[in-house]
Amino acid sequence: MPSTRDLRRRIKSIKNTSQITKAMQMVAASKMRKAQQAALAGRPYAKLMNSVLAEVTFHAGDFTHPLMEVREVKKRGVIVISTDKGLCGALNSNLMREAAKFDKNTTSHITAGRKASQFVARTKRQLSAEFTYKDAPLFSEAQAISKFAQDLFLNGEVDHVDVLFTNFISTLNQKPEARPLLPVGEIKAIEAGVEGEGHGTELLRGATEFLFEPGAEQVLGALLPHYLNFQVYQFLLEAKASEHSARMVAMKNATDNAKQLIKDLTLEYNKLRQANITKELLEITSAAMAMG
Amino acid sequence: MAQTLKLEIVTPAAKTYSDDVEMVTLPGIEGEMGIFPMHVPLLTQIVAGEVGVRKDGQESFFAVGDGFAEITGDHVAILTDMAVRGDDIDERKAEEARQRAEARLQEKLTDEETALVSAALADSLAQLKVKRRHRR
Repeated sequence: MPSTRDLRRRIKSIKNTSQITKAMQMVAASKMRKAQQAALAGRPYAKLMNSVLAEVTFHAGDFTHPLMEVREVKKRGVIVISTDKGLCGALNSNLMREAAKFDKNTTSHITAGRKASQFVARTKRQLSAEFTYKDAPLFSEAQAISKFAQDLFLNGEVDHVDVLFTNFISTLNQKPEARPLLPVGEIKAIEAGVEGEGHGTELLRGATEFLFEPGAEQVLGALLPHYLNFQVYQFLLEAKASEHSARMVAMKNATDNAKQLIKDLTLEYNKLRQANITKELLEITSAAMAMG
Repeated sequence: MAQTLKLEIVTPAAKTYSDDVEMVTLPGIEGEMGIFPMHVPLLTQIVAGEVGVRKDGQESFFAVGDGFAEITGDHVAILTDMAVRGDDIDERKAEEARQRAEARLQEKLTDEETALVSAALADSLAQLKVKRRHRR
């Protein structure tokens, strides 16, 4: 049976914790709004880019680009995009569960975010490179990651690159997903969280003539790296939006739980206090009776 | 020909423009081009410059950055890193951005930084050009 003083201490400490989680919830909520907006704003561009590229690869004919080369997959690369900090619910553990599905021996990892590097180090997987990205991901950060992956692919060090990130579906729902990045081929599979109506370009699939200016080679040469950079950028944005959403929800739960605990403990404390008072009264009266 | 083109100008930050228009001019890498409905399918790189739009006989202008344009018979999709409507260009801000970019170019930069800064410079120049041309 805890004493009243123990209970008082516990209530106080839980109160402090709940103040912290409440503050974190507020911070996450405001960051979440920004990150969600950024992720959603990028989607039309990503979508249009996808459909353009799908069209182009369809019409480019025989022309191929080194980034489109499909090889037998002996070595895989995977870009794991995680958060830097914890306290965001099951977000990272869900992500790492997906990451663990890749074959340990043939996969080399490129990590973005501290949690992913820790995971790779802890499970003794191969690490090719570690990247960091800020709270508001910059295009140049995405570019660095994507450039590195492209180089690995072009050097033949890996034959296939996937991106593992947490796709932002809604504030309450984020899903870890692996999307193929390289070789650029099955464009249909690469849609950065883009849903909704089509773009109407499918109608033109039958058209035989498609011009490139200045030429298919130059246009694809410029378009493909840009496409990949942007794709990675969008993944970063989605991951950030997921992180802040997950953190806000986790912190809200923590605050609610703390409140409930405080309520329960206060009740117990009051009961105990009352019992003590009653006990003391009894002692006094019985003492008085014995004296009298 | 009563047909129209569906023009979409999209940047990573937002969908700047989406409407049915009669004619579009855009700064292709090999020169300015005008697009009417029923244009042959075309994919081109675009450079920083001016996109002109004619809708209901009214002309409007956008300053755009580097990017790509996909043209099919009934729509034009412009993917670019920057797009600002002519009326919304803040000349002072663009001028400041230009000076900042020029100053940075004087410093020692890595190749990637140089590319980034030159792109920013081209963007601000495009804005200034559009703004000054249409002031009259």
